[in-house]
Amino acid sequence: MKLEEFQAKILFREYGIPVPDGTMVNTSEEARSAAEEIGCPVVIKAQVQAGGRGKAGGVKLAKTPAEAYMAANAILGMDIKGFIVERLLVDPAVSIAGEYYVGITFDRRKKMPVMMASASGGVDIEKVAAETPEQIFFGEINPERGLRSFEAKQLAFQLFADKKKALATASVMMKLWDCFHGVDASLVEINPLAELEDGSIIALDAKIVLDDNAMFKHPIMEEMRLPTTSEQKELDARSHGLSYVQLDGNIGCMVNGAGLALATMDLIKHLGGTPANFLDIGGSSSPQKVIHAMELLVSDSNVKAVFINVFGGITRCDDVANGLVAALQEIKTDIPLVIRLAGTNEEEGIRILSDFGITALKDMTEGAREAIRLAGEGGDS
Amino acid sequence: MSILIDESTRVMIQGLGRDGSFHAEQMKNYGTNIVAGVHPGKGGSSIHGFPVFNTASRAARETGAECTVIFVPAPFAADAILAGANAGVGLVVAVTEGIPVLDMSKIVRELKELGTCLAGPNCPGLISPDKSKVGIMPGGIFKKGPVGVISRSGTLTYEVVNQLSCAGYGQSTAIGMGGDPVVGMKYNDYLELFEEDGETELVVIVGEIGGTDEQDAADFVKERISKPVVGYVVGRSAPPGKRMGHAGAIISGTDSTVEAKVAFLREKGIPVADTVEQIVDLVGDGLGGRN
Repeated sequence: MKLEEFQAKILFREYGIPVPDGTMVNTSEEARSAAEEIGCPVVIKAQVQAGGRGKAGGVKLAKTPAEAYMAANAILGMDIKGFIVERLLVDPAVSIAGEYYVGITFDRRKKMPVMMASASGGVDIEKVAAETPEQIFFGEINPERGLRSFEAKQLAFQLFADKKKALATASVMMKLWDCFHGVDASLVEINPLAELEDGSIIALDAKIVLDDNAMFKHPIMEEMRLPTTSEQKELDARSHGLSYVQLDGNIGCMVNGAGLALATMDLIKHLGGTPANFLDIGGSSSPQKVIHAMELLVSDSNVKAVFINVFGGITRCDDVANGLVAALQEIKTDIPLVIRLAGTNEEEGIRILSDFGITALKDMTEGAREAIRLAGEGGDS
Repeated sequence: MSILIDESTRVMIQGLGRDGSFHAEQMKNYGTNIVAGVHPGKGGSSIHGFPVFNTASRAARETGAECTVIFVPAPFAADAILAGANAGVGLVVAVTEGIPVLDMSKIVRELKELGTCLAGPNCPGLISPDKSKVGIMPGGIFKKGPVGVISRSGTLTYEVVNQLSCAGYGQSTAIGMGGDPVVGMKYNDYLELFEEDGETELVVIVGEIGGTDEQDAADFVKERISKPVVGYVVGRSAPPGKRMGHAGAIISGTDSTVEAKVAFLREKGIPVADTVEQIVDLVGDGLGGRN
C-alpha cells in the first residue's frame, strides 16, 4: 500500500524526522486559507501516488494567498500519469542549499533491508542508479540489530564533510529506520532530504510503501488507504478473495493462480491478442467467487471476450464447473466465453459444462486462440 | 535419487487447521512418510494415523522428524517457522502466504545460523514423484523422471509439469520456491543440489517479473552447472509498480522486466521458451530425444 506524501509526512513527524509544517487541503479556498495561516511563500503540491509531479506541473510556488488559490485551482483535477489530483499539500517554501537522497528498502538478493544515500537528490533516483551508480552509497541493515549509530554516521559522512550536518543527517537516518521497522514498510524514501540555507536538515518530500503482508499488525494504517477509482476496483476484488489488476486490452482473463495468470496473459499477447486484466481467483473455487470474478470482467466495457483458464490441482475442475454454471445463471451477458479446464477431475468438469451447453477446451493455447478470434469478431460488429 | 526429500524423509506438519489436515491426508495418500503433527491444544490426539503434539520441539524429539511443513496462519507463521527450525529439523517448507517481509528477513538469518534449509514462504512445496511430497502440489500430474523443476509459482508449475509428463518427460524433484520478495532457498541453492543429483539430467527454471533472481541463476548456471538448463519467464503484460498477485511480482526497475530477464538468460547460453509448449520442445532438445 502506497501512502501519499502528506500521510508519509504525518508518520515521519511521529518518528521525529523534521518535515515542513504544512497542511493537506481539498479545495482552492482551503489552499488560500492555509497559505494565509502558514505565511507565504508556500509550495502547493499535488497528492498523487506517482513520481514526476513537478515535471507534470503538479507542484507550484505561490507568493501570496491569492496565488495559492490560483495554483490550487490549476492543479486540482489535473491528470498526472492516470491519477486525478483530489488533494493538495500546502507547505511553507524554504531556501534550499543542497538536495540529497536517503531511502530504505529490501535487498532481495541479500534478503535484508538496505539503506541508500546519495548527494544527487531531488532527481529520479533510479536514473542516478542507472547512469551514475557510484553516486549512491549503500549500507546493509541487520534487521535484528537495526541501524546502528556508527553505521548511520558512516553513510552520513559520505554525504557531508561538515560534522554538524553529518550528525543531523545520521540522526534522520536512524529515525527513518525506526519508521521503516515500526510501520513494516517495504520502502521509505526522502527525496530530497534538503540542507537549508541556515544549515538545518529537513525532509522536503516523503514516500512510504507499506508491506501489504504486515497490515494485520497495523490495522490503523488501513484507515490511511485513499484508493483511486481503478484501485477501488482492485480493493473490492481483494475483499472477495480475488487479485485483480486492470489493463487496457479486450480479452478478459480469469485464471487460478498468479503465475498461470501471467502465463495466460503472455500467451494471449504472443498469439496477437491483448489481455484486459490480470485476475487470479486463487485456489478455492466457490461459486460466489466465480460470480464476483465474472461481474468484474463484464463490468469492463473494453472486454470483447472472456478466457477462463483453470488448471485443477487442489482445485477440482468439477467444483469450478459448478461455480461457473451458477455464475452464468446469475449473470446474463452477451460477451462470448472460452473455457479451458485441465487437471484434477477435468472429465467431470467438462461434462457439467457440456450439460449446460458450454464446450470446454482442454488445451490452453487452443483456448487463447479461440478467445482472440471471438474478441476480433466482437470488435468488428 | 532426487533432492531434499525422498520416501525415507520423516516429515511433520505444523498447523492442522482446515488446510493443514486436508493436505496432511493428501500427502499421506501420496506416500509421504509423515511422522507427526503439531497443533497447540491438540497434543496427545492423533490424525490420519500419526500422533499430534502441542509443540514442534516435542514432536521432533519424539519422532525424529527431519522436515517440517508449515500451514500455520500468517500472523503466527513466522514464529512457527522458528519453532520448527529450532526443533532441529533440516528442512522447513513454509506454505503459508502473507508473512511480513521484515519478519522473513529476520527468519532467514536465524535459519542460516542454525543450518536449516527453508523453502518458501508462500510456496506450493516440493515433490519427488513416486517418493514423497511435502506441500500442496497435486500428485497425480507428476511422473518420475530426469527433469528437475524450480519455479516461483504454483499453478504455473502444475501446467508446466503436466505438459512435461504428458510428453513423457518425468521429474526428479519439482519445487515451488515461493512468490514473496524474501524467500529461503532460491534457484541457485536448488540448482547446486540438482547438479549433484544422479537422477537429474536437465533443469527447468520457471521465473516471473520482479527482482533479479533469474539473472543470478543465469550467472550461476554459466559458472557452476554442467547439466542443460531451460528457462521460461512470465509477466510480459504486467505494468510497472503493480503487484501481480505475488508480493514479489512487481516491476521495480528495468532489470525486473521479462524482456531483461529473457535477454540475460539467453546471453548466458540458456535457451528460453516463450510458451509452456515450447518448454517441452526445449526439454526434448536438451535431453537429446531421450525420455
